[in-house]
Amino acid sequence: MSVLVRVVLPAHLRTLARVAGEVKVEVAGPVTLAGVLDALETTYPMLRGTIRDQVTRQRRAFLRFFACEQDLSHDSPDAPLPEAVVAGSEPLLVVGAMAGG
Amino acid sequence: MSSVRVLVGTRKGAFILTSDGRRERWDVSGPHFGGWEIYHLKGSPADPQRLYASQTSGWFGQVIQRSSDGGKSWETVGNKFAYDGPTGTHQWYDGTPHPWEFARVWHLEPSPTDPDTVYAGVEDAALFRTTDGGQSWTELAGLRTHTSAPSWQPGAGGMCLHTIVLDPKQPGRIFVAISAAGAFRSDDDGRTWRPINRGLHSEGIPDATAEVGHCVHRIAMHRSRPGVLFMQKHWDVMRSDDAGESWREVSGNLPSDFGFPIDVHAHEPETIYVVPIKSDSEHYPPDGRLRVYRSRSGGEEWEPLTSGLPQHHCYVNVLRDAMAVDTLDPCGIYFGTTGGQVYASANAGDKWEPIVRDLPSVVSVEVQTLA
Repeated sequence: MSVLVRVVLPAHLRTLARVAGEVKVEVAGPVTLAGVLDALETTYPMLRGTIRDQVTRQRRAFLRFFACEQDLSHDSPDAPLPEAVVAGSEPLLVVGAMAGG
Repeated sequence: MSSVRVLVGTRKGAFILTSDGRRERWDVSGPHFGGWEIYHLKGSPADPQRLYASQTSGWFGQVIQRSSDGGKSWETVGNKFAYDGPTGTHQWYDGTPHPWEFARVWHLEPSPTDPDTVYAGVEDAALFRTTDGGQSWTELAGLRTHTSAPSWQPGAGGMCLHTIVLDPKQPGRIFVAISAAGAFRSDDDGRTWRPINRGLHSEGIPDATAEVGHCVHRIAMHRSRPGVLFMQKHWDVMRSDDAGESWREVSGNLPSDFGFPIDVHAHEPETIYVVPIKSDSEHYPPDGRLRVYRSRSGGEEWEPLTSGLPQHHCYVNVLRDAMAVDTLDPCGIYFGTTGGQVYASANAGDKWEPIVRDLPSVVSVEVQTLA
C-alpha cells in the first residue's frame, strides 16, 4: 500500500524541479525520510544530489528536515516519519539553512 | 553577418550578452539560474547552439545544465561526479592527509568535434568526461591517482582543476592545471598523466622548483600552434615552446606579474593578454588602475591598454576564467570583474567599453563567434 506525502521544497529547488507550491509524492511501504527522498528523486530526477549526496547519501550540510514543528535532520533516515505526515495532514519541510548574515 | 554571444557566469546566475559583428549594441539576457553560482558556461565548437553550464550552491550542491538552443532554454543533465575507486588523500592546509571530496565543477571544456563530449574540471581536483551530452560523467582517474597526488595541497580557493586545454592538432593530448599542484599533460586521452612544471619557480613552497606544488592560475594556447603555451602563475607569467616540457618567465616589464587570466589573440599567436593584480593578498589592480597588458612578442615586452577602463579608484579583480577572445577581425577581447562589469574591446584591446556594469561578481566569461 502506498500513501501520498506532502513535501515543501525551498524556492530554488522548486525552480529546479519546475513546480509551484508543495508537491506530493507516492511512497510505498514504511514512510521514512529515505523513502520520501527516494520517491522525490524518482519523480523529480533533477533534484538528485541537491538534498543528499548521491554517493554518500548524506544530507547536505546546509539543509534541514522539519515536520510537525520538530527537527528531524539528525534522525535516522530509516526512522518512521510522524503520523501526521503519513496521514497527509502535515507536510515534510525541506529547509535551506539561514545563511548570509 | 557574424554575431557574438558572450556567456557570463557570476556568483548569482548566468547572463548571455549578444551583439552583431560590430559589437556596439548588446542585448542582455538573464539572470539564468538566479541565485546560484555559475562557475562556468561554455558552448560546443561542434554545435554552437549546444551550451553547458556548471550551476552550484553551498546549499544544494552541483547541477549541470545543458541548452540546445543557444541558451534560450535549459535542461538539467547528470550531476553525479563520483571518484573512480578509492579516493585516497591529498594534503590539507595543515599538512595532514585529507580524503578527496567533490565540491563543484570549476570548468567545462566541450570537445572540438563532438557536442556530446565534454570534460569537467572539479574540486577536489580531478578530471571527468561525458560522452552522452552530460547525462553521465566518468572520472579519468589516472590524474587523481598520479604518484604525486598525495602531496597535492589546496590553494586558498580550494584544490580545483580549473584549466583544461585540448590540443587541436594532436588528438588525445590534454593539458590541465590544478591549484596548487601545477600543470599536467596527458598524451593518451586522459589515461596517464605527468607533471609539466619544469622551469616554474615558486617561492611559496619549500622547494621552489619542485615537480609539483605550483599554483598555476591559467594556461592559454593558440590553436594554430599548440606546442606554445602561455601561463599566468600565482606570481610570474610563463611561456613554453615545447608543449610544457619546459617553461621560461616572460613577465618582462609588467607592473605586477601576479594575476589570474591569460589569453591569446585569435589571429596573432604571439599577441597575449594579462591583467596584472597587485598581489596575492591585495586582489586588485596596482595603483587602483584597471589595465589590461598586451604583448605582441609572446611576452617580455608589454604595453598597458587603458582606453575606456577605469584609471582611478578601481579595486576589482579579474578571475582566471573571466577573459575570452572572439574570432572576428579585428579580434574582440572580453573580460569580467568581481565588481560586476563586463568589458569588451572590438579592436584587440585598443579601446574598451563596458557591456554591463552592475552584474553580480563575475566568475567566468566565454565568447562564441557565430556565423
